[in-house]
Formats: sequence, C-alpha cells, structure tokens
Amino acid sequence: MTKFEYAPAPESRAIVDIKSSYGLFIGGRFVDPTQGTSFKSVNPATEEVLAEIAEAGREDVDAAVSAARTAYTKTWSSLSGRDRGKYLFRIARIIQERSRELAVLESIDNGKPIRESRDADIPQVAAHFFYYAGWADKLNYAGFGTNPQPYGVAGQIIPWNFPLLMLAWKIAPALATGNTVVLKPAETTPLSALLFAEICQQAELPPGVVNIITGAGDTGQMLVEHPDVDKIAFTGSTEVGKAIARSVAGTSKKATLELGGKAANVVFDDAPLDQAVEGIVSGIFFNQGHVCCAGSRLLVQESVYDDVLARLKRRLTTLRVGDPLDKNTDVGAINSAEQLARIRELSDVGESEGAERWSPPCELPDRGFWFPPTVFTGVSQAHRIAREEIFGPVLSVLTFRTPAEAVEKANNTPYGLSAGVWTDKGSRILWMSQQLRAGVVWANTFNKFDPSSPFGGYKESGYGREGGRHGLEAYLKVGEAA
Amino acid sequence: MTPRLGDVTTLDEVRLSDVTSSEASLRQFLHGLPAVDHVGAEARAAGLATRSIKTTAKQFAIDLAISMIDLTTLEGQDTPGKVRAMCSKAQRPDPSDPTVPPVAAVCVYPDLVATARAALGSSTVKVASVATGFPSGRTSLQVKQADTREAVADGADEVDMVIDRGAFLAGHYGQVFEEIAAVKEACGDAHLKVILETGELSTYDNVRRASWLVMLAGADVIKTSTGKVAPAATLPVTLVMLEAVRDFRDTTGRQIGVKPAGGIRATKDAIRYLVLVNETAGEDWLAPEWFRFGASSLLNDLLMQRQKMITGRYAGPDYFTLD
Repeated sequence: MTKFEYAPAPESRAIVDIKSSYGLFIGGRFVDPTQGTSFKSVNPATEEVLAEIAEAGREDVDAAVSAARTAYTKTWSSLSGRDRGKYLFRIARIIQERSRELAVLESIDNGKPIRESRDADIPQVAAHFFYYAGWADKLNYAGFGTNPQPYGVAGQIIPWNFPLLMLAWKIAPALATGNTVVLKPAETTPLSALLFAEICQQAELPPGVVNIITGAGDTGQMLVEHPDVDKIAFTGSTEVGKAIARSVAGTSKKATLELGGKAANVVFDDAPLDQAVEGIVSGIFFNQGHVCCAGSRLLVQESVYDDVLARLKRRLTTLRVGDPLDKNTDVGAINSAEQLARIRELSDVGESEGAERWSPPCELPDRGFWFPPTVFTGVSQAHRIAREEIFGPVLSVLTFRTPAEAVEKANNTPYGLSAGVWTDKGSRILWMSQQLRAGVVWANTFNKFDPSSPFGGYKESGYGREGGRHGLEAYLKVGEAA
Repeated sequence: MTPRLGDVTTLDEVRLSDVTSSEASLRQFLHGLPAVDHVGAEARAAGLATRSIKTTAKQFAIDLAISMIDLTTLEGQDTPGKVRAMCSKAQRPDPSDPTVPPVAAVCVYPDLVATARAALGSSTVKVASVATGFPSGRTSLQVKQADTREAVADGADEVDMVIDRGAFLAGHYGQVFEEIAAVKEACGDAHLKVILETGELSTYDNVRRASWLVMLAGADVIKTSTGKVAPAATLPVTLVMLEAVRDFRDTTGRQIGVKPAGGIRATKDAIRYLVLVNETAGEDWLAPEWFRFGASSLLNDLLMQRQKMITGRYAGPDYFTLD
C-alpha cells in the first residue's frame, strides 16, 4: 500500500455523444454505404463495442472521389486563398471549442490517456489547422514559384495511433493549397474523423471538399487505385507503404509516404541524466509506444549505462498504467487485439533471442488490451527487437563506446524517421545531427512536435515532408508547367 | 513506491572527506555532477503539475500539507504579541475543529525565539529561527555563529541559515562549505536548514551544485528561499532539489529534508509540491521530518479547502483566524 494513493480522477464521458451507427461522409452529408456492410469500433480499454461503422465499397469510393472532383472543379479551386483560409480558421476555432469532446472521444476509441489527448493531440490538431490556414493566401511567397497550383483530388489514408492529429496533418495542408480530399481513417479508430465530418458541416465547408470514407485495407486500396485521384498521402506501415508505391508507379499520381521507424535515442555520458530519463520515457512510452518516431532503441554510452538504467527503472515504477479516461493515467490501452498479439510475439522473440526482459510491477485491468511498459537489456544489433518496429511500449537498450560507434549503430537500420541526442555539449549535437540519417533529430528532448516543423523519413521510413512550409510542397505542382 | 538505487553507498565516510578536503576537489566533484537541462526540468515539473488529486487523496494531502507547514513571520514589524498569536494558531489551526493537525513549526527572527518557545510550551510544534544575518547573510562568520548560538540558547529546535551567495557565485565553494560546517557546529543538537536562495543562483545547474555542497557540509534540510527575493520557491527548483536529496541518499546513505519557502499560497500549489515529492524523491519524504512548506497564508487556504471537503460548501474568509 502506498502512502499517497491517488484516488480515481475520471474525465466524464458525458460530453461525447457516440451514435450507434455511422454512415459515410460524402458530398457534405452522411450517407449509407451502397452495399450496406459494416464493422464495429471497439473501446480497447474495455472491449466494449462503441458503434457500427459503414464499410465503403467500390461504388462508395467512386462516389466520394466524384464528390471531391466536383467540389474541386466547381467551388474549391476557384476560391481565393483568403477564402480557403477563412474556412480553415473556422475549423481550427471549432476544434478548440470542442476540444474536450474530441479528447474524450479520441481516448475512448484509441485507448490513449486523456492527459495526452487533452494536452498533446487535440491542441496540436488545432495548431495545425491554424498554421496552414495562415498559408492559404500566401502560397505565392512559399518558395514554390509565383502561382503554384494544387493537384486536385487527394486520397489520404491515416493510421490509428494519432487518429485526429494524422487527419489534421493530411487535411489542413491539402485544403490550404486548394486540393479537395477523400480521407480514410483506420478501421479501429474512425470516430474522431467522423466527428470531424460534423465539424466540417458546422463550419459550412462547401460539400465535397472533405469526404470521409470508412473501411479497412480493401477500401484503402480502392482509394489508392482510383483513376481520378491525383495524389496519395499515406501514413502507416512500411509494408503497406511499399504496396502503395508499387501501385502508383507508372501512373501520374503523386505520393507522399510516412512509414515506420526504429529510432535511436542516444545518451552520452555528459547528458543531463534526469532529463534524459524523462526523454527516454516519453520517447517510448508516450502513446503506449504507438508512435512511428518512437525512441524504441536506446543507445547508452557504456560509462553511464548502470546509472542510466537504474534511474530509468526507478522512474518506470512511477508510471501509472490503466483507465485511459483517468486524468492520472500515463500509459493507456493497446489499440487492438491484433496489435497486442504483435507486441507479445516480438517481445517473446526478444526473450528467446537472449535479451533480458524487465517490467515494473503493475496491475493490468482484466478486460481490454494491455501490455506493461517493458525494457529489454542486453540487446544487440542482431536481435529482431533491435531491428523491427514493435509499435508498443517496449524499449530495447544497447550500448556504445564512442560517438562514431553511436552513429554507426543508430544508422544501422532500414528506417530513418527520427533520432534523439542527449549531451551537454553543443558541438556534439550539431555533429550528430549531421551524421544521423533521420528526418528529425531531437536534441535533449524527444517527441516534440510543432506545425511549423517539417516531419518525414529517410530510407524505408518514407518520402515527402509534412508540416511547415515543406509540407505545402506535397500538395502543389512544383517544377511542372502549371 | 520509489525504490532506492541499491544499498551500496558509493560515497562512504572516507571518500566524502576526500571530496571535501580541498577547494579543488570540491569544485571537481560539484562540476562533475550530471547537468540539468533547463527546458526538460521545467517540462517535467509542469507535467507532474497536471496530476489530478481528488477526494480521499486530496483529504490526505491537505492534512499532510498542514502538518508540514513552518508557519512563518519574518517582518520588521514582528512583535511578541504577533508571535504569541501565531504560536497559538500553529498548535490549533482551526479552533472549531480539533481533528486538524498542528503545523510542524513556527519560524521567527532570533530575538523572538524565547517568546515563541514560551508560547508553545510542551507542544509538538517546533521553534525554528532564521539566523546568520538573514536574509542577505552579509556578516562575518563570527556574527553568524553568535546569531546561531543565541537562537539555540533561547530554545530554537531548528535554525534556518542562509548561504553566502556571493561566495558561491564567485566559485569559492570551500568558503561556503566552511561557513555551513561552522554554523552546524554552533547549532549543537538543533536541526540545520540551509537556504540556497535559488532566486539568486539563477540556473538549475547552480541549484544542483549548491544542494550537494550544503548537504556535504552537514545540512539537515535544504531550503529554497528566504521569501525576500523573487522568484522564491518554484516547482522546477524544488524538483532539482528533490533529485539532489534522492541521489545524495543513494550515494551516502544519509537522508536530507527539503523545504520550499515563499510564494506557496494555495492548496492546489501545495498539492502539486506533494505530488512532486511523491514521484521524485519518493514517499519516504512524505512526512514533516523530511518535507516542509515555508508559508504563512497557505495555512488558511488549506483550512478552507479542508472544511469544504467535509461540509460541501465554502465558508467565508472571516471564519478562519488571521493570526
């Protein structure tokens, strides 16, 4: 029994009205799917069925793309940048006004702690819309020529780890640059995108500018292969990303892919150790490790290894795992049974390959999908847990002796999305950031995001950039005759 | 909740005396402590401040906070009458409710220690006295020692001394060390709280070094501020000091207390400090022996919130005594 036991502090779910079933959002209205099939969205913390979700088939995808095309040619492409910006500002403000509702819904559908959906996801969503709203009437000055033109209809497919934030990363720049969109949220987390559809109605966005179709991989494939889609933007696994790249090869479609990662978080012996430990924790346990840029490989200089590991383990005993809606929860539920099975499988492989597994003592709820924060020590580059993306709260710890070895190990991966460097030496930070083959290098911090900062991968972590001025380029015909 | 790093102490008596044997070795040791990243430390403190402490946890925290208060008056206009009134409040903070615990101590200037001692009689409430030329500390060592001896002779259980910030900032760590050791000696059996005046040290690296320096010199408690300099206590400064006492116990086996002072006025602030203690140094520090609040107006807010939790409504400020 601990002395200072925090009493339950649940956020009320009364603010959210989850309907029993949802249709597809096409042409500004919710419509039933042509074939009438549906699937269920489940609360991963309780396994409770939340709603029946329509599954879009071929006709529905056609209808959505056609609605987007019509909206593009009839209204959106002829609106001034200032008017497009006006709609985006309006959407951003509504998101702020309804932020608590969105945060609660996101935590229920995804399993992430309310502290994160409230303090990280939703504020970033609003910030992204505000940021790109500001660009809408300034595209001529963005460095992409005097009158850069949109592609037309963008097909966008997003993952389940940051459902609404990934929607914002996709929709905000697409709309700001004058494209219209058909977006498919992940099948396990469609609810916040469907609430966003209501926000589009509330903002009186012209019908068809944003279309949201729900479904699984098949629906996504139909969208990718649709002949009237000009641009594909995808965030998700490297495996699916490769399939998409193959599919659009030889067509006139453009694609940006933001894929997996196996980021190295490099701690030097002169690092601010207490803050480095915080960075390690937020690097891998933020959002249950369901983060493509998660710092899943900890590289510690051998001379401070014992100290860092002891501090890290002590810190992990204070992590609170449980009810995502409790305001004191640090680590929530794993998003799906399927993902949980994958995390378990790879962790078991880690053990059988000889790495040492450690978790702090923590009680997991009986129902729902849960995995304790886990640290593997004695990991080598050859272990699968050091190479494959686990996408869960599992940290692999490796050591290095010299800066050159740190760089070599950090770069020795097919991925290259992000990296972290912890040192008190400014010159080393600059040197490391030049050596590391990763799209984002964080210095003395980790998992920090800002809409003005571009994000994207090297190597098998994908191509194209999202965020910042660079993120506009993904939705503009750059270097082509307009 | 928070386990210790191990039972092995890496700084035993012999090595400790090595560290403190010369100005050079002291400097080498203090500058070899892990750096503090300013942004990261503040982010961690802000993150812990979002903990939501409700119902039974809040009741526990309020009573604990009351029992940790050093009820303080340090004004030029302090009189025996004012101190006697404060001592009576310290023993029975809410006359209408005997279940309210007494505070930990009263904290006064040295000339009023005898008054406080007499007013408190055999109560459990301790008498703490500021000394050593409080608040600036700009007197000779002889005067500081005399100041301390007088306070202890008059009945002080605890002495709150200030460090020589000028010497610290000039890098004269040995001088600061010697002074604390000399005052500790003058304290005799009285507990020594050493005020870093973190508002004048400016950086978290300095706070960490000063914390270790004064712990090595014999402090029983490290305290943030005099209350006369802004900023006084802050959450990130207290976080860095809690890390220091935690690491100090891990390396030497000796547990040191922490006292944030100045600017803590509301119950919700006090609860944030307790969360910080709980999740940084650990629950061993959740006791008046190891954590104190240097405050005056905080007590009435705690009493008001406490009553609200019991009765379900707020009473007006006139229902809480102003002593």
